[in-house]
Amino acid sequence: MIEIEGITKRYDATTVVDEVSMLIEPRTIAVIVGTSGSGKTTLLRMINRLVEPTSGVIKLDGADNRSLPGYELRRSIGYAIQGHGLFPHRTVAQNIATVPVLLGWDKARIKARVEELMTLYQLDLEAFGPRYPHELSGGQQQRVGVARALAAEPNVLLMDEPFGALDPIIRNKAQEDLLAIQKRFGTTIILVTHDMEEAVHMGDKIAVMDAGKLVQYAKPAEILAKPASAFVETLVGASEKPFRLLSLGRVRDAVETGTAEGEAILDDASQRDALAELLWSGRPALPAKGADGKPLGRVTVDGLVKRAARPA
Amino acid sequence: MKEAGVKAWLPSLLRLVLVVLLVAFVTNPGWFEPLLKPLTENNAPAIYNQGSLLTLTLLHLRTVLIATVAATIVAVALAILVTRPAGVEFLPLSRSLVNIGQTFPPVAVLALAVPAVGFGEKPTLIALFLYGLLPIFENALTGLTTLPANVVEAARGAGMTGWQRLVQVELPLSAPIILGGIRLSVVISLATATIGSTVAARTLGEVIIAGLLSNNLAFVLQGGLIVAALAVLIYDGLSAIERYTARRMGQETA
Repeated sequence: MIEIEGITKRYDATTVVDEVSMLIEPRTIAVIVGTSGSGKTTLLRMINRLVEPTSGVIKLDGADNRSLPGYELRRSIGYAIQGHGLFPHRTVAQNIATVPVLLGWDKARIKARVEELMTLYQLDLEAFGPRYPHELSGGQQQRVGVARALAAEPNVLLMDEPFGALDPIIRNKAQEDLLAIQKRFGTTIILVTHDMEEAVHMGDKIAVMDAGKLVQYAKPAEILAKPASAFVETLVGASEKPFRLLSLGRVRDAVETGTAEGEAILDDASQRDALAELLWSGRPALPAKGADGKPLGRVTVDGLVKRAARPA
Repeated sequence: MKEAGVKAWLPSLLRLVLVVLLVAFVTNPGWFEPLLKPLTENNAPAIYNQGSLLTLTLLHLRTVLIATVAATIVAVALAILVTRPAGVEFLPLSRSLVNIGQTFPPVAVLALAVPAVGFGEKPTLIALFLYGLLPIFENALTGLTTLPANVVEAARGAGMTGWQRLVQVELPLSAPIILGGIRLSVVISLATATIGSTVAARTLGEVIIAGLLSNNLAFVLQGGLIVAALAVLIYDGLSAIERYTARRMGQETA
């Protein structure tokens, strides 16, 4: 659990982060969204004390984050940034091993952990372990960056626009990978982005920041349904709202009884994808199936359209 | 295709020839006497006869090496100091000090140093040291202040202490640029060391000065050519190390 209590950061006369308080539940993903200059990155960097707050307290599992020296605190918190910041003079394996080496793990344990992470990230150990970062593609560099951040098994992972430099297809894959890994390790993730789409997709909760202030902190559905201010409304994008709302739900929650013709859609797909498929193929209904291929019923245009309406 | 092949190995061949000629000349200068004889008058000796050319070459190199090592240590240490948060205010001061070292003519340094430390190698070392500081300091400063920001950020975020960042990230990544400064400094020192012989330092300058005093062009030429060959070879060697380091640090070389 991460408790941020009345955190303020001032540089001379400018207040970059203004009295922000929020609570992040363990094993969830909190996404901080805002325009550039909203203070979202500064807020993130105060959690691992790359920036020291002017006032306020941040507690990690009840302990003040100032109870340790900054560098020791940072070894216990994963940190992944835009552009990845891989060490160009170190191999992929050495990059991933950075924090375990700093913590003085023994060699066998480091090797085992690097192997585990590289396997998890579908990077062949023999082929990629000895390579240097400049020999990797952008997507591979991103995976190494996250693997490095997770190397010392941190409970908390901070990410600053980690998908910012990726093309849309690789970005999608990277987001899915992160969600899968978050489930597997139960890591608490705080992710900073300017992309509302990403926030709605990734976040258990979304914090919207504007001019240093926390404007709204709520579940994605609530942000979409009841934006706290005109700013949040703009950020959400009025014309996108129904589709973003649909993207939150899975097909399995929209299944109705009955049958339909054609290729079935997986119950784990998002309702937005189902609607898109229906609209594109001009059909009124689509069969749904489980991961095991068992037919579950159907989803209909009418049913989905109702779900896309503003929640009461 | 064939021409490209020739172009690729031609420089290496020239370097090899130069090394062979240089070694042959300083170890067996007698072999080259017929070549230099026409440059002498009145039956003067064609080959320097007041000491061994090999010894002088080695002493010359030793002087340059000591001065460069000292200049490197001081310049890099100073650059590190003024790029730490605690030392930033000393940046302008250190810049002007190092600049003064460079603008002060080595001859003047020799003249001032002799009364203080006596004749011989010491005043030469002082002059070369002061003269060699600037290129190394400026390059170290450039290297340490132009590191990729996200790499430095990642090093901090991973929990490296200031010292660990310096040793494991900042210095390795700026090594190619620092080496470039050392290379410049060495070449300047190789040439400048010759004037050390005016204050009785044992360098190849002795040969040149002896030639000037006795109006013996052969002496002047052989002293000058050895220094020039050393400078070319060492410059090339250090450039190669620099390129290797840059590749090793994951930086593209032009």
